[in-house]
Amino acid sequence: METPLAVLVGVLFASGLYLVMQRNLLRFVFGLLLLSASVNLLIFTAGRVTRGTAPIIPEGLPTPPGDVANALPQALVLTAIVIGFGLIVFAIVLVLRTHERLGTIDTAEMAERLEAPRPVATDLEDEVPA
Amino acid sequence: MSWLVAAPVVLPLLTAALLFVLQSRSEVQRVLSTTSTAVLVTLSVILLYRVSEGGILVAQFGEWRAPFGISFVADHLSAIMVVVTGVMAVATAVYALRDIDGTREELGYHPLFHVLLAGINGAFLTGDLFNLYVWFEVLLISSFVLLTLGNRREQLEGGIKYVAVNLVSSMIFLGAIGLVYGLTGTLNFADLAVRLPEAPGGLVTVIAMLFLVAFGVKAALFPLFFWLPASYHTPPLAIAALFAGMLTKVGVYALIRVFTLLFVHDVAYTHTILLWISGFTMLIGVLGAAAQSDVRKLLSFHIISQIGYMIMGLALYTPLALLGSIFYIVHNIVAKANLFLIAGIGRRLTGSFDLARMGGLYRGAPFLSVLFLISAFSLAGFPPLSGFWAKLVVVLAGARVEAWPIVAVALLVGLLTLYSMTKVWQAAFWTPLPAGERMQERPSALLYAPAVGLALLTLAMGLWSGPFLALTEAAANELMDPSIYVRAVLGEAAAAAMRGDTP
Repeated sequence: METPLAVLVGVLFASGLYLVMQRNLLRFVFGLLLLSASVNLLIFTAGRVTRGTAPIIPEGLPTPPGDVANALPQALVLTAIVIGFGLIVFAIVLVLRTHERLGTIDTAEMAERLEAPRPVATDLEDEVPA
Repeated sequence: MSWLVAAPVVLPLLTAALLFVLQSRSEVQRVLSTTSTAVLVTLSVILLYRVSEGGILVAQFGEWRAPFGISFVADHLSAIMVVVTGVMAVATAVYALRDIDGTREELGYHPLFHVLLAGINGAFLTGDLFNLYVWFEVLLISSFVLLTLGNRREQLEGGIKYVAVNLVSSMIFLGAIGLVYGLTGTLNFADLAVRLPEAPGGLVTVIAMLFLVAFGVKAALFPLFFWLPASYHTPPLAIAALFAGMLTKVGVYALIRVFTLLFVHDVAYTHTILLWISGFTMLIGVLGAAAQSDVRKLLSFHIISQIGYMIMGLALYTPLALLGSIFYIVHNIVAKANLFLIAGIGRRLTGSFDLARMGGLYRGAPFLSVLFLISAFSLAGFPPLSGFWAKLVVVLAGARVEAWPIVAVALLVGLLTLYSMTKVWQAAFWTPLPAGERMQERPSALLYAPAVGLALLTLAMGLWSGPFLALTEAAANELMDPSIYVRAVLGEAAAAAMRGDTP
């Protein structure tokens, strides 16, 4: 079971890497999503995919009886999913805000627009959109 | 005693929660924020004192014994870093009282500042690899928001680069954690230190390189540093100074931690790579700085260059070299952050960050000139300032193991740093203001106070370097013998087994 999952992790990571290297920031965000998913799957697979019951210890015993599933990778993946979700939401908002302020989501164009002269003169004033 | 180990993380988190509630009352927020940083530095100093008296302090959360629960471990290195964080927190919090405008306060500057502190301290204190990832993300997400707070166009453009590179490095970090777990079945630092030597060496080296890339991005090592000069000049100086001082050093700390505790199976290979990287980091950083005319960008490139010295100490991997590395980190955080703060005051006086448009500061603000001289010449390694001792120890350590090429690079870069600082001195301080420009009125004392404090600290570390060197020596000795760390976390039996395995 681990081998096909490992291949899947590789394919997802490679696709993600391809997308993050694009100039279009929306593609970058999608790439990030794929990277995040592939890494989560990697942790899950690294914990070995086995069949077992829930790791609940009955009263009076020091360890659970029989084969139990490894709960730790699931806890790790759950944490990683939550963190990844937060980060990607922030990245999306950042891309949106950049589009509002600079009018483009192409990283090469962004630099050009930044260098172009702009109506508001000094860098003392902070221009915060209302 | 375990509450003390967690206090440097819990206090900023609680403060942040309170500050979020008090969002609409900026006066109360300011008082609370500053007071909290003062308490934080006090607690940190107590923690360092306890560690220096009684050795490594460990806290096991929820009474789950290591390696099953999450441990917080305060050894000398962690405690020193936490104290420096506290000092920087006070300095930047006071500076921010005048530097951060009302809009940014409304957008949540104060609570985010404390979440960032919690993330930094969490990363320094945790004894668990996955937990380290979590704290890294806490500090990253708050730094993302602080960096782009205000939504100025430059901030967004710089922020995108910062966010993009750091997120990808986080993915690599997380992937490496998954592989470590698959290989050993544990993520506790101490437990890993025991088990990794039994794992196949080739695989461990591959994983070590993944960590090198992940932390190398955070620490702005060659060739992964491009995000730093692209973004650090965009936020207000109170934020930039904290970033410049602390954030890259969290990456350096993580590198030191994993390359002294976990990945020491093949030092000849891994640490040689580190040595090459350190040389290039020093050189490229200082050369990049030479080409800059914006003070903030110039200082940003110097951050990179100085990181090289710290990694050089780690790469040489002798007690003396690590001592130098840790001393360098502490000295550099103080001196570098102060230069950013001073640049901010200079900006207020002359109206620009551009060296061509700055000037006349020596005549107009002699006191500021003294502060700049202390920090800048400390950075360049002038005796008897703190940077001199830091460089001396690292170079001496290199000479002891006869690594002459890296010693030569270190000395050359020191010279180039001096050139760079002289350039700033001449352009901003010595030459008169360009015609038609007037010196602005004197900035508030609240901006000067932190700069004075940090300059005095730089002086103290140089003139009374004895106690500072003694502390860093204790930290270096602990790092060179991982079994001390293992004994503190897992008990004597595990440490004895480990010593038996790795003579």
